[in-house]
Amino acid sequence: MNFETVIGLEVHVELKTESKMFSPSPAHFGAEPNTNTNVIDWGYPGVLPVVNKRAIEFGMGAALALNCEITQETKFDRKNYFYPDNPKAYQISQFDRPLGTSGFIEIEVEGQLKNIRVERVHLEEDAGKNMHGETGFSYVDLNRQGTPLIEIVSEADMRSPEEAYAYLETVKQIIQYTGVSDVKMEEGSMRCDANISIRPIGQEEFGTKTELKNLNSFNNVRKGIAYEMQRQEKILLAGGEIQQETRRYDDTTGQTVLMRVKEGSSDYRYFPEPDIPPLSISDEWVEKVRTSIPEMPKERQIRYSQEFGIPVYDAEVLTATKEFSDFFEETVEKGADPKQASNWLMGEVSGYLNSEHVELHDTNLTPTNLADMILLIEDGTISSKIAKKVFRELIINGGNAKELIHEKGWVQLSDPAKLLPIISTILDNNPQSIEDFKNGRDRAIGFLVGQVMKQTHGQANPGVVNKLLNQELIKR
Amino acid sequence: MNIDEQSIKHVAKLAKLSFKENEVRQFTEKMGSIIEMVEELNELDTTDVPGTYHGITIDSVMRDDVAQQGTDRELLFKNVKTAKDGMIEVPEMLDNGGEGA
Repeated sequence: MNFETVIGLEVHVELKTESKMFSPSPAHFGAEPNTNTNVIDWGYPGVLPVVNKRAIEFGMGAALALNCEITQETKFDRKNYFYPDNPKAYQISQFDRPLGTSGFIEIEVEGQLKNIRVERVHLEEDAGKNMHGETGFSYVDLNRQGTPLIEIVSEADMRSPEEAYAYLETVKQIIQYTGVSDVKMEEGSMRCDANISIRPIGQEEFGTKTELKNLNSFNNVRKGIAYEMQRQEKILLAGGEIQQETRRYDDTTGQTVLMRVKEGSSDYRYFPEPDIPPLSISDEWVEKVRTSIPEMPKERQIRYSQEFGIPVYDAEVLTATKEFSDFFEETVEKGADPKQASNWLMGEVSGYLNSEHVELHDTNLTPTNLADMILLIEDGTISSKIAKKVFRELIINGGNAKELIHEKGWVQLSDPAKLLPIISTILDNNPQSIEDFKNGRDRAIGFLVGQVMKQTHGQANPGVVNKLLNQELIKR
Repeated sequence: MNIDEQSIKHVAKLAKLSFKENEVRQFTEKMGSIIEMVEELNELDTTDVPGTYHGITIDSVMRDDVAQQGTDRELLFKNVKTAKDGMIEVPEMLDNGGEGA
């Protein structure tokens, strides 16, 4: 029997606000344990949670970027559970009036485009962090408790681990463009759970699903789902039944292990949050957020290829992150030729970022100094060989491209009066090359140009040198 | 809605409470009569009454996203049984059940 896999993903994204979702304590990373909390986060009796306006705005931005409709009459609910990472014994979340509904995104797998529907985007608060000791105790740091989260729930529209991977990458890219989150899986600002079931091909009805947790990297999402598919298939082929349960992916063994038999939604005893009245979101506010969303990577790619004639693959690389794409656009705005700007960013700049494990904002390169440098190559002031030296200087130490090349004496030698004496000396010292040239061996020219470049430490203008060499050789 | 001993035991388990058998019987009876009383509301004709999610009809107030320093850890820890290196010590947890639930 052949089976089809049905996958839905729940993605949690931490919002980059200053303060928490319902309390003013700082929502920052890296503080001493349990110092970024207050009585509201701890759920002390009599405290009053108050909604963070920016968290609503960020949540709306994410929902709109995922093509959702905004629920303008929205509300918060309590989800009750006991666990030491949340001292309130409930999480304030959204149950039946999520902030965003009915969205979709387009993914691409092996050249095939497919729409994946987004069922809902809702706001909630994060839990604290547990550290597991070896002495029979666990240790809790509540700094993360109350940090604003959005949960993005897809419809069960994915049919392979590759589609799940592509969906996750696309969601990450879209959210990253909106600027509402860092969306880094390795740092926990993006987390993913997967719901997986299988059914015989042709069957309409979904099979019993399992929920997979602890998928803490893009690769683990792919591997965890692939393992779970096979596990379920084996059970069904052996005549068994799939249990509805929550499983954990163990990346040391590559297997999934049972965590617990899943509670039903009613076991969370959701009820409307009594401390927070319902929230009305005005049309104006929705429109304001909608217009503040930057142009998304797909649209940018089309524009780059139409306006600048940049190949599709290159446009995809340039738009991988908003930072990179914005940098490219600003460099073009500062006067650089788009194709040159693209070549430098995809070549030298990417190479440097990869080898140094840094990001653009960690370097001293700016769109202005990159554009200036490209213009200096174009007008012949510097050679492309020297440009690589200029580039390294700019990305490491920063500064002004023009000033730099004058200061370092890197201006290209194009003046025949300065080049001719050098050329004469080289010709005097290489009679064999003159002979070769006269016998029609073109390679001789290349050798002689190389000698001039060596003599001038790469500063001679190769075009001018070529021309002068030809003239001088004919004279001899 | 019918309240039986099974549902009382289930809710008690979710709330991490344990009851003796006679307590379960008492709660079943009490809860049953409470639910019965609430069900009397179903007799009201609410056809033209709009639904609400909250007892008061005001719009929620929001605050600006400004961070204020957290409360002194030592003060909060007065309600903590044992702490170690600034962390709250709890019995060992075997899974990451609650995290981002």
